[in-house]
Amino acid sequence: MAEVLQEPQIGELSDVTLGTPTVIVDDLHIVYKVYGAAKASEGGKGPTAALRRIVTRKSRPEMKEVHAVRGVSFVARHGEAIGIIGRNGSGKSTLLRAIAGLLPAHKGAVYTNGQPSLLGVNAALMNTLTGERNIVLGCYAMGMTPAETREKYDEIVEFSGIGDFIQFPMSTYSSGMGARLRFAISSAKTHDVLLIDEALATGDKDFKRKSQDRILQMRESAGTVFLVAHNLDAIESTCNRVIWLHKGKIKMEGETQEVLEAYNRV
Amino acid sequence: MSQPESALADAQAGGRATESLAALAERYGLSRAIARPSLHAYLRQLWERRHFIVTYATSKNVSKYSESALGQLWQVLTPLLNAAVYYLIFGVIFAQSKHIPNYPAFLITGVMVFSFTQRTVTAGAKAVSSNLSLIRALHFPRASLPLASAIQELQLLGWSMGVLVALVLITGEEITWLWLLTPVALFVQFVFNLGISLFMARIGAFVRDITQLLPFITRTWMYASGVFYMIDDRTRNLPTLLRWVLEFNPAAAYIEFMRDLLIYDRFPERWVWTTCSFWAVVALVFGFWFFWRAEERYGRG
Repeated sequence: MAEVLQEPQIGELSDVTLGTPTVIVDDLHIVYKVYGAAKASEGGKGPTAALRRIVTRKSRPEMKEVHAVRGVSFVARHGEAIGIIGRNGSGKSTLLRAIAGLLPAHKGAVYTNGQPSLLGVNAALMNTLTGERNIVLGCYAMGMTPAETREKYDEIVEFSGIGDFIQFPMSTYSSGMGARLRFAISSAKTHDVLLIDEALATGDKDFKRKSQDRILQMRESAGTVFLVAHNLDAIESTCNRVIWLHKGKIKMEGETQEVLEAYNRV
Repeated sequence: MSQPESALADAQAGGRATESLAALAERYGLSRAIARPSLHAYLRQLWERRHFIVTYATSKNVSKYSESALGQLWQVLTPLLNAAVYYLIFGVIFAQSKHIPNYPAFLITGVMVFSFTQRTVTAGAKAVSSNLSLIRALHFPRASLPLASAIQELQLLGWSMGVLVALVLITGEEITWLWLLTPVALFVQFVFNLGISLFMARIGAFVRDITQLLPFITRTWMYASGVFYMIDDRTRNLPTLLRWVLEFNPAAAYIEFMRDLLIYDRFPERWVWTTCSFWAVVALVFGFWFFWRAEERYGRG
């Protein structure tokens, strides 16, 4: 299928100017299975409810499929910061998760160099545990070694700025404190390909600036950055290229200014 | 292969509309984001994640009881209460105890050993399905979760074993050298549990209703495992094949192993050793292979 024409000249030329590809998304389709209707009937626990559901499932499947990403293709290169924009439910976060290798492709493929990582450890943390324990747990969950964790520990505590609260369970934190600690933990690791979902930009004004700086810093050390955001200012100031998703397809793709102008017109 | 968008994207990115994206990926040595690692690589990844697995298990246990007033004390109270309930029903009401010497010790050993595996089965079935958000947010070998849940149960067992040993001593058994073998018995059973936890995790990830059916299955298994009675007594009149099946039951073998050591003061017979080790090896090898086969599909539904 590959027709390799004039391989040397064009290939090398474009590589010099644009950097080597780090992420290639090839006609990607993502399909979710949602057990929507089945959830409602889950009222009763125990054997009879389970049996009843098995019987009814056979005659009337209550599982729905959501086609979240429908045939997306693009090439991301070293040194790029790519913004992904679109309405709610346009498949932005799903696409990000697929690039991270967390959602399997229904059709097509994502090719990557190394391990792209999603910025965020929220799911690994436990509310009833102290901040101290959560830092260790979060670092291990991101794949850091005990030595790396010890090395970063003080930095995380300091960056989060929650002081003595670190010894209390996270359930006692205000939402801002929790968000700060979570961001501090998840940004402690360096990544080759970094995927950022906007939900991270929380906290007070001071912390927002701090985290923005941290993201820029991470962008410099990472090869490629993907940023999902509704806040177009953040995209404008950090990205050199934008992909506009609409209903799971690429509606437009190109220079940041160009795409944002078109997006704002709609 | 190239869709309109992909051709467009490629043209913008590198001016190479003629080359398919797959070929481009290959040329730069990029690999598919979701590709199941080889068994060997998978084992190595798991080993690298050992700190996460153990810390996750410990954290879950600490977190589990932190909301209740008595806290960690429930780790001791739960097995005690369980044993009390079964003693009331099978020891007092059904008066099973007349046939079996030191029935309380017999019963509580059976209950503790069986519930170790039973709890692992139940926890294993939820290991993947109840951690979907974690699976969808972070990259790690998914087998970490069922392994962590088996380790979590092992940590809980520490308390149960304390209760068990105390109760067996109270009922008048004496400490012998054979008691030194109890860690061996638990280790073999733990290996079995690791395997069955991996196995159940894959089942639970794709057949969600299994968690509703499991109470049925484990209860049947418990009644068939000689927790309350001696399998030998009850199966005397059964056909040889059925007897053989009942005795080859892994849970029955692990129970027998522990009773031999703690109560009967005898070195376990060869069939006990063979059955226990056979199931441990088979469960771990098969369970691991079975779980690994679906590695790239977890977190989808």
